[in-house]
Amino acid sequence: MKDGVNGVALAVFIFFFLAVTVMGFLAARWRKAENEHSLDEWGLGGRSFGTWITWFLLGGDLYTAYTFVAVPAAIYAAGAAGFFAVPYTILVYPLIFTFLPRLWSVSHKHGYVTTSDFVRGRFGSKGLSLAVALTGILATMPYIALQLVGIQAVLDVMGVGGGENTNWFIKDLPLLIAFGVLAAYTYSSGLRAPALIAFVKDTLIYIVIAVAIIYIPIKLGGFDDIFAKAGDAFSQTNPATGAPRGALTPPEAGQWTYATLALGSALALFMYPHSITATLSSKSREVIRRNTTILPLYSLMLGLLALLGFMAIAAGIKVQNGQLAIPQLFETMFPDWFAGVAFAAIGIGALVPAAIMSIAAANLFTRNIYKDFIKPDATPAQETKVSKLVSLLVKVGALVFVLTMDKTVAINFQLLGGIWILQTFPALVGGLFTRWFHRWALLAGWAVGMVYGTVAAYGVASPTQKHFGGSSKEIPGIGEIGYIGLTAFVLNVVVTVVLTFVLKAVKAPDGIDETKPEDYTADAGDPGVQVELPPATAGTSH
Amino acid sequence: MSQPPQVSRGPVVTPMRVVIAVCLIAPFIAMLWVGSYAKTDPAFIGIPFFYWYQMAWVLISTALTMIAFKLWQRDQRARSAAKGGASE
Repeated sequence: MKDGVNGVALAVFIFFFLAVTVMGFLAARWRKAENEHSLDEWGLGGRSFGTWITWFLLGGDLYTAYTFVAVPAAIYAAGAAGFFAVPYTILVYPLIFTFLPRLWSVSHKHGYVTTSDFVRGRFGSKGLSLAVALTGILATMPYIALQLVGIQAVLDVMGVGGGENTNWFIKDLPLLIAFGVLAAYTYSSGLRAPALIAFVKDTLIYIVIAVAIIYIPIKLGGFDDIFAKAGDAFSQTNPATGAPRGALTPPEAGQWTYATLALGSALALFMYPHSITATLSSKSREVIRRNTTILPLYSLMLGLLALLGFMAIAAGIKVQNGQLAIPQLFETMFPDWFAGVAFAAIGIGALVPAAIMSIAAANLFTRNIYKDFIKPDATPAQETKVSKLVSLLVKVGALVFVLTMDKTVAINFQLLGGIWILQTFPALVGGLFTRWFHRWALLAGWAVGMVYGTVAAYGVASPTQKHFGGSSKEIPGIGEIGYIGLTAFVLNVVVTVVLTFVLKAVKAPDGIDETKPEDYTADAGDPGVQVELPPATAGTSH
Repeated sequence: MSQPPQVSRGPVVTPMRVVIAVCLIAPFIAMLWVGSYAKTDPAFIGIPFFYWYQMAWVLISTALTMIAFKLWQRDQRARSAAKGGASE
């Protein structure tokens, strides 16, 4: 790390940050609808986003700053095992191609804002819907915290995070400011703010990656040299484990882990409330399907980005905290001003998902806890007010989390969050295709998956941690090491199927299904489909 | 719902739908069979096989999803035409 503050980089960073702040506040006026006090308006941007805005929004949402820091960091630390993010994002799209359009249709037909809304409507069970809502909120909170961790990493490398010996307030002040700005414009502009800022974020990220992937290998002597040096580094024995640090290809024993992590994560991604929020804000079924064909562009970017982890090794970057590897690589390799652009890309890359995630968590709370359990007769204006407040609370919670607890706690919870959220898959995706599952069986399956996943993850030790040391463990009955989330998911499905048979046999009361088969294929323009189509503006080349 | 009784919705499994399913399932088989690509050779511009192969699959799966999307649109259009009323 260079001594002191990197002035030029910091100036560029602040410039971009101010620019998006102004955009964030102006966003409220962008494609404005008549009724700004409804939750649809604030929380789903009026459900009016076309193909390109949805693409930017989803991209900004799914490929977060943390992803950009963590994926290369994982490669930097262990090599091939960290690359599972690429097959994971490849598998996501064929998967959502099959079920998301159905969710869009039924949600627009019945005015569902969250996945829990759908589960309640489909299975007539407030208990199941509460389980889905709580899981969503729990899984999202640490995710928001990790976005702040991503900003912190950038600030640290620029030298404004302060050393160990600076006063805590000075140290955390930049983060507090970034956070305050984020909170303020989300509060005032809702989903429109991140949608607009996502344009800036993605443009910056694409530029940075294009430059990094050409410029850095040239400086380092080509990919041959980079991988040769990385291979040497990985074959060194790690004193903590007595095993090699990593490998360029997964060893025989690691292949199950690799495949189950990719599959489990792919199944889980669109269970996260923020992915669904971005999906439901699109204006038609076709927008979603079309997006599954253009979103993989981001996966390509992610793959290139992952290679930066190898470059960090080849460039001789040595950091204790792996999260700092990539920001440090940028600072070492790039001229100061371009390092500033790269840091701005990561920083803004954290703001977009943090905003969407807090909106998604707030929607869940308002619709499925506040309205269902606390105040059933809440008016739309009250709903929006509660949502705005909760989105603020969620962010404050994440901030407190990051400032008071060790970073590893946030990462542990994020890992658990992935395992948890996957347990809502049977109720949601199962429910989209069939009404055969019994609601109580789904609830029981969910509970079994949650408990098994949590206990199993608690029991994983690593050289540095006694608990939550990783996300994979031996799969009972198979004996290979696999992703805990996927094992829990299989258990969940088995319990659900068996109990459904039992409950049907004893004729347990089935809930009322308010949806009809044709609701799942309805599109914009069909009778009863709620979609407002404001006049198209720039960016909607739909 | 309101379709004339004499027009059937057509068979659920058609050759076109089989092709769509194959397009959507292929990436799963390719990516989950890690043993088929866990090697370093042949390298491409110095990048080991393991890495460039998976990145190539980003493009292949994109092409497959796009084909599935186009076929699905055609399938839906054919069906709504058969129903006697275009819903587009």
